[in-house]
Amino acid sequence: MIAIIDYGMGNLRSVSKAFEAVGHQVVVTHNAKVIGNASHVVLPGVGAFGDCMANVEQYGLVEPIRATIQSGKPFLGICLGLQLLFTESEEFGPHKGLDIISGKVRRFVTSSPLKVPHIGWNQVHRQRACPLLDGIADEVEWYFVHSYFVDPSDQHVAATTTTYGIPFVSSVWKDNIVACQFHPEKSQAVGLQLIKNFGAWKG
Amino acid sequence: MLTKRIIPCLDVKDGRVVKGVSFLNLRDAGDPVEAAVVYDREGADELCFLDITASHENRKTILEVVERTAARVFMPVTVGGGVRMLDDVRNLLNAGADKVSINTAAVERPEFVKEAAQRFGTQCIVVAIDAKRVAGADRWDVFTHGGRRSTGLDVMDWAKRMEGYGAGEILLTSMDQDGRQSGYDLALTAAVSEWVSIPVIASGGVGTLDHLYDGFVKGKADAVLAASIFHFRTYTIPQAKAYLRERGIPVRLDSVGQIV
Repeated sequence: MIAIIDYGMGNLRSVSKAFEAVGHQVVVTHNAKVIGNASHVVLPGVGAFGDCMANVEQYGLVEPIRATIQSGKPFLGICLGLQLLFTESEEFGPHKGLDIISGKVRRFVTSSPLKVPHIGWNQVHRQRACPLLDGIADEVEWYFVHSYFVDPSDQHVAATTTTYGIPFVSSVWKDNIVACQFHPEKSQAVGLQLIKNFGAWKG
Repeated sequence: MLTKRIIPCLDVKDGRVVKGVSFLNLRDAGDPVEAAVVYDREGADELCFLDITASHENRKTILEVVERTAARVFMPVTVGGGVRMLDDVRNLLNAGADKVSINTAAVERPEFVKEAAQRFGTQCIVVAIDAKRVAGADRWDVFTHGGRRSTGLDVMDWAKRMEGYGAGEILLTSMDQDGRQSGYDLALTAAVSEWVSIPVIASGGVGTLDHLYDGFVKGKADAVLAASIFHFRTYTIPQAKAYLRERGIPVRLDSVGQIV
């Protein structure tokens, strides 16, 4: 069973439906026990970093998330679920994050003709062979919608980078953690393939 | 490189597609979800539902459409029409919409946009602007009620103000061009797109693939929206993308073909 963590930040229907579409069983929950019993854990999220982090704390999810990561079970962060893993974000802040991966969350600097938010389909460039991208062609486009990006202290955690004015880390892979800035649940066939890969991954 | 988006738009009334859709082999051509599935399969970059349901009682029908869509297609979905309160935004996002487009309610109470952006994030708030050229001048006024009611607001001022209030994107429709199939108002599109630093979606007037090309090149749009040419199968999404790619516009590859 795959647990999708619900902490009151936006729509989880698309994420859960995407897992179901590739044949995985999911439970949408904020119950620590259910998360503890799950084989895989997903942390989605949209909205502002500070609000998201406040909700994670309010729902008592900091410890369950840390315990999941320490347990070695596969963990997937999507969008804000990637950013929350970092030390801090400058969005309406600074705001402290979970500090599971060392680094900061920064805003794109607007400079004509680049618009912010970064909305649409952009390529990812693989930095290493990440198991989540198995079966997916190189340099394929993924759906992004964000104004902030992660800047890890150790750039070796990057699984992919993407260029939007500057190159930025568009996904990370560290031990049993994979997390992406793009939205696999909105990236049509390639997105569903990533979700399928995650469900089959042993971490 | 960020690719340019092609967005088919479906007008939905009481849960049904209006203006008709001439897709072949659809079990129910009036069902917006069936149309969404076709556009998804063709590799549309995003989907837009415009709810033109008039009666308040039938407003919930769009939520059901969005819910069924989110269970069938895994692509970005924007929904506009009748979005007046924070609860409307929340309900649409919970149903599976990624972005919500606000039009009249923004004109009536601009702070609504600020509140929605603060609550749900800038990335999901689109402000739709219906623009009409001021006769004989190179300026445009903001209209509401399908182009019938002038607000007296200048489009450039309004767009900048909405950006400041937290809009993440502008859906810009030329009411002069809408339905005429003679191309976007390129002067309008370029003026707004170069004036704001958030993405601008060009809308209103597409009749040929060249109009899409002009929307990007001359209109400087970040995305182009069209309805009739896709619904009536004048052109398919893959035809539009092939045409644009041949002419040097970066468009996305077909996602299905990328599974190896």
